Amino acid sequence: MFDRFVRPRAESLHPFWVMVHKEMADHLRSWRFVILVSILVLTCIGSLYTALSTIREAVPKQDGGASFLFLKLFTISDGTLPPFITFVSFLGPLLGIGMGFDAISSERNKGTLSRLLSQPLHRDTVINAKFVAALIVISVLLFALGFLVMGLGLIAIGIPPTPEELGRMVFFLALSVLYVAFWLSVSILFSTRFRQAATSALAGIAVWLFFSVFFPLLVNLTAAATAPAAQTPENVLSHQQFILNLSRLSPSQLFSEATTTMLTPSVRSLGPLTMEQIYGAIPSPLPFGQSLLLVWPQVTGLLAATAVCFAASYVLFMRQEVRSRN
Amino acid sequence: MAEDVITLSALTKEYGGFKAVDNLTLTIRRGEIFGLLGPNGAGKSTTILMMLGLTEPTSGTVRVAGHDPTRDPLAVKRKVGYLPDDVGFYDDMSGLENLLYTARLNGIPDETGRERALRLLERVGLSEHGHKRAGTFSRGMRQRLGLADVLMKQPEVIILDEPTLGLDPEGVRDFLHLIQRLSRDEGITVLLSSHHLHQVQQICDRVGLFVAGRLLAEGNLAQLSAQLFADEPILIEADVRPVSEELVEQLARLEPVIRVERRQDGTLLLSCRTDAAPEIARLAIQSGAALHRLNTKAYGLDEIYHRYFEGGDVRV
Repeated sequence: MFDRFVRPRAESLHPFWVMVHKEMADHLRSWRFVILVSILVLTCIGSLYTALSTIREAVPKQDGGASFLFLKLFTISDGTLPPFITFVSFLGPLLGIGMGFDAISSERNKGTLSRLLSQPLHRDTVINAKFVAALIVISVLLFALGFLVMGLGLIAIGIPPTPEELGRMVFFLALSVLYVAFWLSVSILFSTRFRQAATSALAGIAVWLFFSVFFPLLVNLTAAATAPAAQTPENVLSHQQFILNLSRLSPSQLFSEATTTMLTPSVRSLGPLTMEQIYGAIPSPLPFGQSLLLVWPQVTGLLAATAVCFAASYVLFMRQEVRSRN
Repeated sequence: MAEDVITLSALTKEYGGFKAVDNLTLTIRRGEIFGLLGPNGAGKSTTILMMLGLTEPTSGTVRVAGHDPTRDPLAVKRKVGYLPDDVGFYDDMSGLENLLYTARLNGIPDETGRERALRLLERVGLSEHGHKRAGTFSRGMRQRLGLADVLMKQPEVIILDEPTLGLDPEGVRDFLHLIQRLSRDEGITVLLSSHHLHQVQQICDRVGLFVAGRLLAEGNLAQLSAQLFADEPILIEADVRPVSEELVEQLARLEPVIRVERRQDGTLLLSCRTDAAPEIARLAIQSGAALHRLNTKAYGLDEIYHRYFEGGDVRV
């Protein structure tokens, strides 16, 4: 069925694209993918439902023009189910880990890696193609789901999104892809390091749990322990900055800050604001460009973390001895 | 004169002080079947990986089909097919699809690839199973599919690492004859590694004995015997009834005979410098005894193998 997509149109394709085609076809045909997609689709429908049932209260009384009602589809909830944005930040890692945890180790265990590497291709082609193929599948999936939610929302509430809202949406989806890409590179790193797919999956899940459960706990502990004795404004402010920067070591914190800013235009700053800074400010939402500027450090941080993980797995893979099945 | 396809000179590979391959020099000529014979852990696989550019040598040079695998691995991998021991396939793809994937990776157009894959499947006797999932293949079928896979790129050289491992005796024979026919028909140079001397003996033109990273001897069977048993006698087994003390003494006095040994079953075992079978026969008959059997034993790879590999003590 997928043969049509896999078959290259050109006379001979570069081995890299041949591998990307094959990897994508493998992903699409696998049970794992079906499971991941059904979880995500259920999530979308669930969060859309809760958003729609509460969106009436979210309409501001004074004016509807600049309220970004459409974006609220992704951020509000009635309390029974988390909103779409929270779901993505929670399930994104699962998607990334699920797509990559056996990328290299399965080839090794099946004994296909040495056969693959004896074909006329460079060794890095293998790992690059695996990463790119999974990334393409993830992008298509997330964008499709995002637009699906938008379309359903459009039908349900009947208010079309403004171009700015659309821009924010697309950027949010691109951010989600970047976030999942980070977890994908983490899991590829583990699949290169560990021979057993189960070990690698477990390691990926452990890192995920660490950042989503224990890391905030650790940050809170540190905050309590290092709280300044003298409560001068400077002390409190610098302590707040320190704690915030500490929590930003976690990729999920970076992601949630970036997405909240993108989908809630009224967010004006990601750090503490003093009264002097707020005094005189017009209480209006930030324009798209300014929101983008605000989250730029977070985006760069996520990109850097992804690049570091991928580089580590790249180096590890290039140095590994390739023998059959061991 | 046939040209050299694979040239290894002073090749060394160290793993943190341990020499897996030690100063190996070897040439393999076009069109021949060369057997790399050695026990497990002798460094055969490491040597093969270095020929493919999958591992870098610590020192020394490799030339395969006119290219240096360390500098230009793609050029080598275009011309060399490699069948790893215990080859694996993508289980959820059919045998044919696995071959087509290899064809695409080698930049072979789809129509050519399909044609070639079907022809090769027939060649290795899998044409009925080509559309079955590779996961359902038996060990022997996978090995034959592996051979077809290696031949997809129409290589000049094929390197087979322990190709007969895990096959039943019948399967081994079929597989080896298949390799031999392919090599003869298409003029492909074959390098195969094995620790099974009988198999190597069957089809190889030349054999290299490889122990603890070093090449002890190379050549065809006769040359190997000459190299390894230069000062050693020929063994002649004689079944003479009845054996008298006088006959044994007479035999021992023969010029080429070094030693006469009477065995439990009554036969005589004579170690000779040269082939003394005619003299032995004449003496036995002159003594009035009946000569039932006279057997000249040439040293096979078996003896060579036992001499060098068995018991773990390597006498060099």
